[in-house]
Amino acid sequence: MFRYLERAENAARLVEAGFRIALTRSNDAEAEWKSVIVTTASQIGYDTLHDGYDSSRVVDYLLRAPENPSSVLSVIKAARDNARLTRTALTTEVWYAVNDTWMLLTDLLKDPIPETELPGVLATIRQQSGLVRGALYGTMLRNDIYDFCRLGSAIERMDNTARIIDVKYYSLLPSPSFIGSRMDNVQWETILRSVSAHRSFRWAVEGDFTAPAIADFLILDRRMPRSLSFSAGQIVEHLNMLGAEYETRMPSHDMADALQTQLKGRDINSIFEQGLHEFISGVITDTAQLAQQIAEDYRFTG
Amino acid sequence: MLNKMKPHEKFFNEMTSEGGPRSPYGIYDAWFAGQNNERLAQKAAEAEAFFRRSGITFNVYGQADAEERLIPFDLVPRILAEREWTKLAKGIEQRVIAINAFLHDIYNRQEILRAGVIPTKLIAQNDAFLPQMIDFSPPSDVYTHIVGTDVVRTGEDDFFVLEDNARTPSGVSYMLENRETMLQMFPELFSMIKVQPVSDYPKNLRRSLEASAPASCEGRPCVVVLTPGIHNSAYYEHSFLADQMGVELVEGHDLRVVDGHIAMRTTKGYKVIDVIYRRVDDEYLDPLTFNPNSMLGVPGIMDVYRAGNITIANAPGTGVADDKAIYSYMPDIVKFYTGEKPILKNVQTFRCGEADSLKYVLDNLADLVVKEVHGSGGYGMLVGPAATKKEIAAFAEKLKARPANYIAQPTLALSTVPIFTESGLAPRHVDLRPFALMSSKGVNITPGGLTRVALEEGSLVVNSSQGGGTKDTWVLED
Repeated sequence: MFRYLERAENAARLVEAGFRIALTRSNDAEAEWKSVIVTTASQIGYDTLHDGYDSSRVVDYLLRAPENPSSVLSVIKAARDNARLTRTALTTEVWYAVNDTWMLLTDLLKDPIPETELPGVLATIRQQSGLVRGALYGTMLRNDIYDFCRLGSAIERMDNTARIIDVKYYSLLPSPSFIGSRMDNVQWETILRSVSAHRSFRWAVEGDFTAPAIADFLILDRRMPRSLSFSAGQIVEHLNMLGAEYETRMPSHDMADALQTQLKGRDINSIFEQGLHEFISGVITDTAQLAQQIAEDYRFTG
Repeated sequence: MLNKMKPHEKFFNEMTSEGGPRSPYGIYDAWFAGQNNERLAQKAAEAEAFFRRSGITFNVYGQADAEERLIPFDLVPRILAEREWTKLAKGIEQRVIAINAFLHDIYNRQEILRAGVIPTKLIAQNDAFLPQMIDFSPPSDVYTHIVGTDVVRTGEDDFFVLEDNARTPSGVSYMLENRETMLQMFPELFSMIKVQPVSDYPKNLRRSLEASAPASCEGRPCVVVLTPGIHNSAYYEHSFLADQMGVELVEGHDLRVVDGHIAMRTTKGYKVIDVIYRRVDDEYLDPLTFNPNSMLGVPGIMDVYRAGNITIANAPGTGVADDKAIYSYMPDIVKFYTGEKPILKNVQTFRCGEADSLKYVLDNLADLVVKEVHGSGGYGMLVGPAATKKEIAAFAEKLKARPANYIAQPTLALSTVPIFTESGLAPRHVDLRPFALMSSKGVNITPGGLTRVALEEGSLVVNSSQGGGTKDTWVLED
């Protein structure tokens, strides 16, 4: 359920970044929208319905399309269904927050969103996601259920950030010589906005908007709550809590440790030497396998 | 009834000419025709909520319990074609370069005085001239890191510079927030009309300030914004700019001199800083050098400055260049330092300190605008065409008592841009303040700026302290 909620929030953020680029830097809009579609791993699904990547169709696909299992409408429905199934595992406040979110967004997204209303709709999606997270944080017992909720968010976030780096960042680097040169405004802006980090980057990072600095921030910076390193730390932390509560160490624990080891104590240059794309692809595959292993270890698959 | 123009006078309307909308407004005009007033009224209310949420409010001096105020925002953008902007930007750049050269000259070799281009007493008797700056060159020879040039328009190709604000021009936060608000409220307009972005300003500001760090600075320069504090009417802007740049916002008591450098108090001890973007006036900057009662400055900062260990932006003493008496010499100043003809026009200015001019001004007070040489914010001025006979007579006495304290200018027929009112569009007078950044790397001017608008019908005074509002300013992409 929390994977779904996290996915909805990430989709809203990607759309927001894309929309802004489309409004302020017209020439880059089509490429930007395409990269959003690729980032959300929905290119095949999208291409069977549409040709060409214009604002209204991409936005509609990502927010509303019933054909898209990862559209905000689809995932909010899935999250709410899950919450209903596990109603007794959640506090009333968390349930209300999820159910309200579903009712509100179903209503907001029932018709195609005119451009004029898009900023408001996106703000609502993000705000609702914050409400659910706040209710979880403020009211849930810190038991296994809480750990599973947090694990879901962390895994989804890990996957999302890795995809953004892989698709957006990678496609922005036409040749290896570009690494180290100062990136053009639009490029860094879209990457950082996609993870809501355009402000925190300026605060956290001494140095300018160079490709390695941004990669370092998104991959290795443990202060950045959407970085790979931070997410891996969260995954390990909550798996360890589960391990302690159940007094059993599972295969997924080892996999999570291995994933974290890839990120711990690394410096960004060694990742560039290894090949950024290879490295990130590895992280994406490992995260997917880890998610599967967790489901198996804790018998989510029946 | 203050400040009204005679109704028969014609003004240049930037949105509409006799044959329909002017070309930069074509798409907007068509869009507007399809809107209904209720929706727009609702959008205006949303804009206000948006501003309140961001906290872009100001306190009114002397009203401790008064509500925080908003500068009124009008939702009709002011639109300039790229071609109009290009010329304007070139003219501003030329002027900014000339002003900077003028300051360096005035505080060092004073060649412009020796050449007799401007009278020495204008400098010697100028309160804004700081003897502490004599025989000193600031890092990279930059004095005016940030300039907000006030420009007015009277016709298709007639742009005049009204004031060169070279001290600490404010208003740039409105330029940025007005655009964010418009993007939120009317995204559809931005997909129909290609508008040049302004959002790079904070990043450019930081780069420009960093490039102006003292030569002795190693590594990435540490930049801070110095504010007089939370009670200052522009405090929001200070905090906004610091946040957007990703630098610390400090007050005077956070800073001190440590081993010949300026350092700020942090939770890990004192940290050396290299560049101060100060929003504190010269007078309050250093109690050891200037006003000894100042609590807003940093004791000893001027010694550190003269030793070349800190950059102060803008440099102390830049006020001598945006004085209204100096203003009247700007065309000569531009020519003297750049060797070029000024691109932007100056408003004809009578220096009341000169006997012939004083006589002319006294004879024509009813048609002129008279300003104090050091005044700002629209205070202490006379707008002849709008004044009563009694007001004019009273002002004439002040003028005779201290003629050198005043300049006079003809009343300009300021252009109008419509504002949105309950009964639809209504023309109002506007000015424009673009923002220029200067460093050793050159001059950078953000396309657009802050358009101020006189909300009262017929009024020519756009200052926010006198009931003015603001508009988003669009420079189109051709």
